[in-house]
Amino acid sequence: MTSVEKVRDWFAGLGRGTLLCREIAASLGTVKPVWRDVVYQLYFIGVRSQSVVVITGMFTGMVLCAQAFFQFHRVKMDSATLAVVSVTMGSELGPVLTGLMVAGRVGAAIAAEIGTMRVTEQIDALRTLAAHPVDYLVVPRFLAMLLAMPLLTVECIALGIAAAYLVAAFLLGINQADAWHQMIHYTDVNDMLTGIIKTFIFGSVIAVVSCYKGLNCPQGAEGVGHATTEAVVYSSIAILVSNFFLTMLLNTLLR
Amino acid sequence: MMIQLRNVQKSFGALRVLEGVDFSIEKGQAVAIIGVSGGGKSVLLKLIIGLIAPDAGEIQIDGRNITGMNERQLLQVRRKFGMLFQGSALFDSLNVEDNVGFLLRREGRTPAAEMARRVGEVLELVGLEGTQKKMPAELSGGMRKRVGLARAVVYRPEIVLYDEPTTGLDPIAADSIDQLISRVVETFHVTSIAVTHDMRSARRISRRILMLEQGRIYADQTPDEIFKSTDPVIHRFVNGIAEPIGKPTFV
Repeated sequence: MTSVEKVRDWFAGLGRGTLLCREIAASLGTVKPVWRDVVYQLYFIGVRSQSVVVITGMFTGMVLCAQAFFQFHRVKMDSATLAVVSVTMGSELGPVLTGLMVAGRVGAAIAAEIGTMRVTEQIDALRTLAAHPVDYLVVPRFLAMLLAMPLLTVECIALGIAAAYLVAAFLLGINQADAWHQMIHYTDVNDMLTGIIKTFIFGSVIAVVSCYKGLNCPQGAEGVGHATTEAVVYSSIAILVSNFFLTMLLNTLLR
Repeated sequence: MMIQLRNVQKSFGALRVLEGVDFSIEKGQAVAIIGVSGGGKSVLLKLIIGLIAPDAGEIQIDGRNITGMNERQLLQVRRKFGMLFQGSALFDSLNVEDNVGFLLRREGRTPAAEMARRVGEVLELVGLEGTQKKMPAELSGGMRKRVGLARAVVYRPEIVLYDEPTTGLDPIAADSIDQLISRVVETFHVTSIAVTHDMRSARRISRRILMLEQGRIYADQTPDEIFKSTDPVIHRFVNGIAEPIGKPTFV
């Protein structure tokens, strides 16, 4: 494939992705979602991601606390440690790491499931049974992701801060009351709001990219593998890139 | 006229699959489309039900031109259709009952008891009573085809399409599928189109055979006429006679 063809394919894919977004919006506006399917997806995305999110949140909070302490200790600013942890976890690391973990676990599963349905003609079967694949497969996953991502992120942030507090108080010997006071003082509601707003964008990105990759999966087992890998890679890149622009935009809007 | 195709053309990249197909099928007719593998038979079936769009030409279903319709408009038209897929295409995550009753459940107009009764009835028709709670992975290839058939007819469609209904089945299972297809035609008085390269099956399940050759309808005859044909192309296909292969030159 020549470079020109690659660029053309990339733009064609972008166009198809946009059409999928339009179709999701049309479905949300005109077709009543099947809540039973949404709840099942919510269970799969939310409940089944617990271990991943708990480990990610706790250990990120703990290592962030340790590193911040090592630096601040040199300039006698130990009590600022938890403030750094809470602002960083709330606005950046919480949403981004939760997004990356969910993209890896759930995005891959969505792309593989829908991709397998495509190569075994189950998507065509759906269409012959008068069910729109976007209504039946995409919208429940999209809605569940929109609901699950903020909740998982809040859990990740809270556990990160809690674990950091334990490390600060019992391992690093930081004055508990002082560190707690500084954390409350320097953590703004907007820091948390920034993080929560990002989760809706990241959730949408994971759902749309993974469903798109599944629905446009090439034929064969290799095709499903390819679609799954691309779903995770593209979702992760989209999260990391959009995170920078969201930080800049939200910082301007919320300050 | 139930189904009418006019100069339907379809290509995939540089490969021209259908060069201009014209035919019409009346309500209640049982038709088989035969032709070599990779000759565009399944593509033709997917064009009729609107799963893919033609590059040129017109397809009319019950007087409505479906070419140019969007997916949501096509969903309404597809309500007239039932389709049995080559690989059955059962939903892996649903049991037999949910697979067969899928459309009824989605529409939400049929009470649960009525739905269970209709699913049970149609499973009995295909000889699989009592399998409601089994998962597709627990079924043999022939059983999966039967469940696929039950799913295709449970909501009483006007047209049923069969994509290679007997491919991959042993002769006994293939024969029972043929019998079931004939039973469906008799029971529900549906218009049926079967795509196959199995000539025994084509003869049993249809009253009219269309032969697709090099992207066009080459023959449109009754099964008896096809089997007695002296046309070399038809004769070779019906009797399974390949072109002679030249001797290797590297020996």
